Amino acid sequence: MSCSRMEMKILGYVDGRLKESERLEMEKHLSACAACLLRVNEFRAVTGLLDELPVIEPSAAFDLRVRARVAAEPAKQSWWAWFTPAPRVAFAASMLLLATVWVGSYSGSNQPQIDQADIPVLENYDVISSFEPLTELPPPVAADEAGQQNQEM
Amino acid sequence: MLDVKAGDEQSFALLLHRYRSPLVNFLYRMVRNREQAEDLAQEVFLRVYRAREDYVPSAKFTTWLFRIATNLALNSVRDNRYQRMEISLDAPVTVDAEEGEEKMPDVAEKHPNIEQHLVEETRRKMIRHAVDKLPEKQRAAVLLHKYQELDYGEISKILECSESALKSLLFRAYETLRVELAPLVAQQGK
Repeated sequence: MSCSRMEMKILGYVDGRLKESERLEMEKHLSACAACLLRVNEFRAVTGLLDELPVIEPSAAFDLRVRARVAAEPAKQSWWAWFTPAPRVAFAASMLLLATVWVGSYSGSNQPQIDQADIPVLENYDVISSFEPLTELPPPVAADEAGQQNQEM
Repeated sequence: MLDVKAGDEQSFALLLHRYRSPLVNFLYRMVRNREQAEDLAQEVFLRVYRAREDYVPSAKFTTWLFRIATNLALNSVRDNRYQRMEISLDAPVTVDAEEGEEKMPDVAEKHPNIEQHLVEETRRKMIRHAVDKLPEKQRAAVLLHKYQELDYGEISKILECSESALKSLLFRAYETLRVELAPLVAQQGK
């Protein structure tokens, strides 16, 4: 293993995070390379120095502040809640629907009724509508002539 | 977290209890301001709570938690840097101004010798300064690696980089620390 390849594994070696095969390979290299061995020892010293930094404790009010902020969060509604109307809106919508149905049925009962006697006329509407108005009218028949004709018959 | 998702408020209290200290410490070491670190940690928990119903356990909970924390910390560090750049036109801010926040009342009790206490305080300052000087992404990587003991896979997911890029990042960071802390490293080696 070359020194440049080893560089990336020094920290893992110092931490004990290398695989067994990598660790053995590293130790083999370290036994023959004083420069890398020195670096390993110095990295160990650095990690030891980092341990000296003090640990702080969160303030006594920390939990209370988090709980207060969580409590102030608005309740999260599910997507289904979008379809669930408020009671007043639901009541108003159902009243509107009822009114629409009622108005529709009332106006339906006032429709003009077709008399049965008119139906044949309507059925012959096409025939009637195709008649042309008479332009040459026959001369009017006198009342006496009409009576005579009836008697002769 | 799955219990929190199911609406179990008690489980959220357990999460809070378990992770508040690691989160506050991580954020404190990132932003170097206790009050700001606590504010950010509160924001992390609030975001966890808000996202509870959409939570999918595709990664470890700690990975998700520290990803939120790291993103908030990196944004905060960048915002602070811009603010400091503006302020520094009038009065430069030194790191010492923030160090008074770290109170260690037990130190004096453990080390009645004032000289020894000063030596230790100087060492801590040097270490703190060396960590603070790291670029923020390297700093986050070191903190997650060293103090949270997360594995490379988790840290690379948190920092949104490949594992090999993370190893390179960590190597550069430890190299910088090794050089910055050379006098202490030499003492440590003895």
